[in-house]
Amino acid sequence: MRTGIVSYGAYIPRYRIKIEEIARTWGKVAEEIRSGLNIFEKSVPDVDEDTVTIAVEASRYAIKRGSVDVSRLGAIYVGSESHPYAVKPSATILSAAIGATSTITAADFEFACKAGTAAIQVVMGMSASGAIDYGLAVGADTSQGAPGDALEYGAAAGGAAFIIGSDPTEFIVEIEDTCSFTTDTPDFWRREGADYPSHGGRFTGEPAYFKHVTEATQTLLDKIDAKPSDFDYAIFHQPNGKFPVRVAKKLGFTMDQITPGLLVTKIGNTYSGSALLGLAATLDIAKAGDRILMTSFGSGAGSDSFSLSVTERIDDLRDCAPKVEAFLTRRKYLDYGLYAKHKGKIIL
Amino acid sequence: MRDVAIIGVGCTRFGELWDYSFRDLVVEAGLRAIVDARITGEEIDAIYLGNMSAGMFIEQEHIASVVADHAGVASDLHTPVTRVEAGCASGALALRSGIMAVASGWHDIVIAAGVEKMTDVPSGLAEEALSSSADREWEGVYGATLASLYAMMARAHMKRYGTTREQMAAVAVKNHDNASKNPLAQYKNKITIEGVLNSGKVAEPLRVLDCSSIADGAAACVLAPLEIAEKYTDIPVKVRASAQASDTIALHDRRDITTMDATVYAAERAFEIAGVTPRDLDLAEVHDSYTISEIMAIEDLGFVRKGEGGKAVEEGRTTLHGEMPINPSGGLKGCGNPLGATGVRQAIELVWQLRGEAGERQVDDARIGLTHNVGGSGGTAVVHILSL
Repeated sequence: MRTGIVSYGAYIPRYRIKIEEIARTWGKVAEEIRSGLNIFEKSVPDVDEDTVTIAVEASRYAIKRGSVDVSRLGAIYVGSESHPYAVKPSATILSAAIGATSTITAADFEFACKAGTAAIQVVMGMSASGAIDYGLAVGADTSQGAPGDALEYGAAAGGAAFIIGSDPTEFIVEIEDTCSFTTDTPDFWRREGADYPSHGGRFTGEPAYFKHVTEATQTLLDKIDAKPSDFDYAIFHQPNGKFPVRVAKKLGFTMDQITPGLLVTKIGNTYSGSALLGLAATLDIAKAGDRILMTSFGSGAGSDSFSLSVTERIDDLRDCAPKVEAFLTRRKYLDYGLYAKHKGKIIL
Repeated sequence: MRDVAIIGVGCTRFGELWDYSFRDLVVEAGLRAIVDARITGEEIDAIYLGNMSAGMFIEQEHIASVVADHAGVASDLHTPVTRVEAGCASGALALRSGIMAVASGWHDIVIAAGVEKMTDVPSGLAEEALSSSADREWEGVYGATLASLYAMMARAHMKRYGTTREQMAAVAVKNHDNASKNPLAQYKNKITIEGVLNSGKVAEPLRVLDCSSIADGAAACVLAPLEIAEKYTDIPVKVRASAQASDTIALHDRRDITTMDATVYAAERAFEIAGVTPRDLDLAEVHDSYTISEIMAIEDLGFVRKGEGGKAVEEGRTTLHGEMPINPSGGLKGCGNPLGATGVRQAIELVWQLRGEAGERQVDDARIGLTHNVGGSGGTAVVHILSL
């Protein structure tokens, strides 16, 4: 059975902090960090925003864009590494907020930065099998970086929601194929009860990000007998502005292919939202017939790679909800004090 | 006392070798050396192993037994293995121990090896381990890291001799240039003076690119009495001198912090034993743990007058084809510094240079050279002179 994206929605909080401001606070050289990470500013949630509110915003836009009949949703999965509750699902709050029926199945997913694409794969299986009509898969995060840690320059907030179905006449994007590459690689983790994650420094690079993104993408290309030039666009997970560019080059993709989906320089790493927001931004400009490759990465570690094909229906729906560009241009800058307040770093 | 020769060498790549364990590293270097020397495991009489801090890096002590076991000489051959430790000079000390064992007649075929597996721990712990080679009680507990001690030496050297920041940076630039021609080096990228001066601060005036890096790696040499060396190799490399000297563990107790007396004494002794002068040497591998270390080393070893080290580097006198090539391998800066392996790797570089096998970085007409390995901030120095 064929599966495809019926609608999508995005959300990025309006607040930003510049890399200079974080560097100034910790006595670091901003230029060194900017050129090291290729990130200029990152998004920051408002004091009352969290993964659930971001998931709700993105899902509402997805429903609006496709005029989706919410009662046809059979499954809701929220992928995040910053669920507000350790025990109590984000997915149930989301389902109530969008008015889904109670006969849905719902759960929270966690796989570092790739929980959202894992959720898409699960709803693909459920709708392909006929178990559900539509499934809602969300990747959203208000990611954490310890004060002064290298992660603090990138850890950002945002998310995207995708409604997946199996009726080809409803597809705006057909999911041609997907495959994953997963190993037990401890490059980044957060233990129960810990406020901030730990990471293995440069170990997060070659043996983690590059190995998994490369393997998943290459496996998919081999499986569908495609080459990088067969695609109009490509999106790779964006922990910083350097890694996706390097991995794209290594795999044989061009800057032209990845630029529309490369958001990290402007909003930082939105973790579970990262690759999915990149896909949303790419769909905002894609034309019928375009082919898109997307590969996520989650520490721990794994990558999900997707081959996507845009249908003519995209033109009817594209303008029915805010585009990613609208969230990128809507921004308000914070100093480090306000940022610390927004992120709950100041404990009273 | 018998004359000693190096009849075979083997070295792993240096770097963040996350797919290699401590055991993998030492076995790979050992096997390469054995193959190079065309010996069998049964012929090995003893192994000396330099390692600084397996206890802190991989939480394993008694590594002599680990190595015997994984080298395959434990359960059938029961070959004796001895670990030696002298901070970052552990490798050269293992080589010296092996040389003494062969020279004395106690053993014939001896492997002198060095290994360090450093990159599996967080950088803070690695810094702690490195700094434990200085005085923990009088330096470490007050916050002095190894880099900060060398930074004080650099400041004093700059003040007394007018050594400049640019001259120190020139050491790193030269060593990266050499390392770019060394397939086993961690850093094959060329850098610029400006790049060094603008890299992140570590301990002023030292910046990131003034410092050698933590790395994983292992190196091994096979030693034999010179009289039987030609049975194994067409080009035996003669050990002309092995010398070692000590100084105070704490920097503040030294007579002069712009000179390493341990280096001066070890070098004087080595030249005396070998019957040569610094002018007779064709090249040297010196301990450039920091850029200032190389400047002080070439002065203390007698290659240039005291205070003129910085100028000599700046004028290009120590480049690959300069009048006195220093660190043709890329040194600790370019190769990476897996502590216990470094001293042995220095000797291996000399062996390759003397045998004419150093490829793109071959020093012209290399017939005699010196290695210089330092522990901590200068508490131990070991000097070897090798020749054809």
